[in-house]
Amino acid sequence: MSLPEDYTAYPRRAYGMDQDRYDWRPECGRQKVSWPGGKSVAGLIVVPVEEFMLKPSGKPFMHPSAVNGVYPDLRQYTARDYGNRVGIFRILDTLKANGLTATVPINASLLETRRYLIDQILADGHEIAAYGLDTDHIHVTSLGEETETAWIEQTRAAFEAIGLRPRAWMSPARQQSLVTLDLIAKAGFDVCLDWEQDSVPVTMGTSGGPVSAVPVTMELDDRALMIDRRQTEQSWSDQILAALDYLKERAPVEGGQVLSFTLTPFVSGQPSRTWALRKVLEALGADDALWSAGASAIADAVK
Amino acid sequence: MRSDPNVYDYWPYRDRPKIVWPGGKKLAFWVAPNIEFYEYNPPVNPSRPPWTRPVPDVVNYSARDWGNRVGHWRMMEMLDRPGIRGSISLSTALCDHHPEIIEACAARDWEFFSHGIYNTRYSYNMTEAQERTIIEDAIDTVMKATGKRIRGYLAPALTMTERTLDLMGEYDFWYTCDLFHDDQPQPLKTRTGRLLSVPYALETNDVITYMVQGMDPWRYADMLKRHFDQLLEEGERSGTVMCIPLHAYLVAHPNRIRAFDDALKHIDGHKADIWTTTGAEIAQHYRENYWDQTIADIADRGFATKGTGFGHVAA
Repeated sequence: MSLPEDYTAYPRRAYGMDQDRYDWRPECGRQKVSWPGGKSVAGLIVVPVEEFMLKPSGKPFMHPSAVNGVYPDLRQYTARDYGNRVGIFRILDTLKANGLTATVPINASLLETRRYLIDQILADGHEIAAYGLDTDHIHVTSLGEETETAWIEQTRAAFEAIGLRPRAWMSPARQQSLVTLDLIAKAGFDVCLDWEQDSVPVTMGTSGGPVSAVPVTMELDDRALMIDRRQTEQSWSDQILAALDYLKERAPVEGGQVLSFTLTPFVSGQPSRTWALRKVLEALGADDALWSAGASAIADAVK
Repeated sequence: MRSDPNVYDYWPYRDRPKIVWPGGKKLAFWVAPNIEFYEYNPPVNPSRPPWTRPVPDVVNYSARDWGNRVGHWRMMEMLDRPGIRGSISLSTALCDHHPEIIEACAARDWEFFSHGIYNTRYSYNMTEAQERTIIEDAIDTVMKATGKRIRGYLAPALTMTERTLDLMGEYDFWYTCDLFHDDQPQPLKTRTGRLLSVPYALETNDVITYMVQGMDPWRYADMLKRHFDQLLEEGERSGTVMCIPLHAYLVAHPNRIRAFDDALKHIDGHKADIWTTTGAEIAQHYRENYWDQTIADIADRGFATKGTGFGHVAA
C-alpha cells in the first residue's frame, strides 16, 4: 500500500482553523458572554425524541442507538419505544416540577403519529428542534447535495404540516456532510446542535447566512455514560452537578458558560433512574446561578 | 528471523541496579499533555481512516477543538498551582495554527516533543524519505517557534514503521514514548545514537481510562493515586518513573477536572520523595548517569542479544 502523494503536504497549515466555518478564538482572548439576569450558567437540557427503525439499513453507519439484532428484533425495538411512550413523561414531569426548559429534537417521521406527545411538550413550554427524518437518514457527503437538500426540505415540510417552524436543527447521530450547515441555513434553521467546540455558542459561516452552534457536550450524554460506559446513576448525576459547580466558579473569569447534557427517554426515563434524574433537575431548578433556556434563547443571548 | 522486535533486551525488574533521581528522589514524576490538531478533512492513509465516521466528523472534530480553545487553558491553570511543567506531546503544526498555546507553554518553560505533524497523518506506509521529512519538519517547526531542539518522540497517533526508532536515534532524539514495557527507562537497540525508552504509560493515559475503559472521573483519580503510591513504595528500592499522559479535550471537562486535580494534590503531597520533572530531563539524567550501568548489567546477567531492532543485525 502506498500513501496519496499529498500525504506530507499541508495546504491548510496556517494560523487559525483548517476549515472556513468558524474562526480560532481561544477562551483567554474572547469577549465574555453575559446571560440574562446576570446568571453564570445557561442550562441546555436536550431530550432527543427518535424513531428507531425495526430494520435499519445501517448505512452509511449504524446509528449509535440503532436496533442492531436479528430481524425482527422486537426486544431492542420495544425497549427504545418505551422511551417515547413512558420514559419521556417522567422526564417531562420532573422538568416541570423544577421549572426547567428543555430543547427537544424530534425526528420528522414521528410528527404525524406522536401528536399527543408533541402537544404535551409544547404545553410545557419546551423548544422543539428538527432532528432530520429519522435515525436511519444520516447526513453524509456521499449522499450528494440534491438528496440531502430533499431530506432537509422534507423535514422542514413535515414540521410545517403540523404548524411548527423550529429554528434549531440537530442532525441524526449528530453527523453532518460538508454542506449540511449551508443546506439547513437555506431551509431557515439558524441554530445547530451538532458542534461542541466551545463552552458558549459560536457563529458558523454558511452560504445561507450565519448559524449559531450551541454546544451539546457528548461527555455528559446519558446514553454514553450509563449504557456504553456502564457508569452508575450516582456517578452520572454527580458528574452533571460537578460540572455545574465548576462552571459557576469559572464564570466570573471566563464569562457565562453553557452546561449541556442529554436526557434520552429510553435511558434517563427508566424508573430505576428517576431518583438520579430528580437529584439533577432539583439541584438545577434550585440554583440561582442557572438560567434554564432553550437552544434558540441561548443562541440569541450572545448576539 | 526473531519473532520479537528486538528493539530492547529482556531485562527483568528484579535484581536491577538501583536508580536514584536527582536530590535522592525515589520517583520521577512527569505529566505529558498531548496538544493535538486533528484535521477536518485530511488525505486518507490506506491503513487507517482519520476519523471513525465519514468526514466531517463534526462532533469529534469540534470536541478536540474544544480542548485547544477552552480545555487547554483550564488544564494549564491546574498544573500551574503545584508548579508542574508539562512535557507536551505536540502535533507540531499547532505551532502554525495556534501559536497562543505554544507561547503560553513556552513562557512556563514546558518541554515540547514531537507527536507528528497532525494527529490525523499516520506513519503507516511512509517511505523512508517521507518519514525523514516529517521528523525534520517537526524539529525545524518547534525550533522556529521556541528556539529549542526537541528530544522526545511519540509517533503520531502511535503509528510506527520498522525504521522509526532507528531514525530517532540517528536524529539525536534522547527518548521515545512509544514503548510500554517498563516502569524504568531502558536503552534501545537502534543502529546509531543513544535512544531511551522513557515510561509514558497507557494505563494512566486519560484516553484509555475515560474512553476505552469508560472510567468515571473519580475512579480515574483513585486509580492514579494507587498507581503512584505503589510506584513510590517501590521507588525507594528501584527508582521508578510515573507519567500521566493527558488530553485537555478529555481531562479538562467540567465534570472531570476537579477529580483529576484531587489526584494531583495527592501526588504533590509527597513532594519530598519525588522529582517532578519533564521527559527530556529524565532522559538526560539517565543518559548521563545510568546508560552504561544498564548496558553492563544486561550483559553481566546474560540478557544481551545481538543486532538491532527489526532484524538489522550489526556486521
